[in-house]
Amino acid sequence: MSASEDLSTLTGAARDNVFQKDLVTLIPHLRAFARTLTGNATQADDLAQDALIKAWDARASFQLGTNMKAWTFMILRNQFYSDKRRSWRSTQLDQEAAERTLVAVDDPESPVALDELRQAMAVLPAEQREALILVGAGGFAYEEAAEICGCAVGTVKSRVSRARKAVQGILEAGAYGRDGRPADEAMGNILSEAERLSAAR
Amino acid sequence: MRDKSTSDGENSPKGVDHMIDQQPTRPLPPVENSDEARLRQRAIGVKLRQMFDEVVNEPVPDEFLEILRRADNSSGGER
Repeated sequence: MSASEDLSTLTGAARDNVFQKDLVTLIPHLRAFARTLTGNATQADDLAQDALIKAWDARASFQLGTNMKAWTFMILRNQFYSDKRRSWRSTQLDQEAAERTLVAVDDPESPVALDELRQAMAVLPAEQREALILVGAGGFAYEEAAEICGCAVGTVKSRVSRARKAVQGILEAGAYGRDGRPADEAMGNILSEAERLSAAR
Repeated sequence: MRDKSTSDGENSPKGVDHMIDQQPTRPLPPVENSDEARLRQRAIGVKLRQMFDEVVNEPVPDEFLEILRRADNSSGGER
């Protein structure tokens, strides 16, 4: 039951079934990736659905047994940037709505820190944001992220590293500005929240 | 062999500095600060995953499955 060898012999409906089963398991991840790219729940689901259709239509070109998650993420990302080229304006205009959506989607118990992290992420240049999400949350290796983004591994590494520094800087600076005290609250919230989370695991 | 060729080839009195690998030329923050920084980065990482996983754990809207159901039917549906 092992090996892509077995899978590669599948054809027609049997192959489609296997493909579809795997694809379904990836939907939640595609939605999450789309949410971080667009910053808007509605746009994100539109994007993820488009990507799902694209992936299905392209199923014949996918080699069963290889990394479908990376493959679908690449499709979604390409879709995102081609949509964006077509209508960069609407994403700008929706920024405010995006922030409302993100807050609205929040669990009421969710700590302030998460909103602040979202906002910090939202200010990052797109290529840094996607690199950090893929590697830092999506569970991709640098090599896989590089493939998804169509760039060199070293480029991904430096984007991730710059993104990490920038996020930390934004979180710390934000608190300085807010109450004039050097005690960085946003960062403090994140630290204590992270402790709570890792203790819970 | 690798060390020698890089330090010779690339000129400069800085060659020696390059060999002391982990010493940036800028003044380092005190050790406890860099521990602190690591801690912060780890915390950001945890939160980042939480942010992502929150969406992953949402129930999938039915439209998604509907897409695949439609796709199924149009692809000759032997089921």
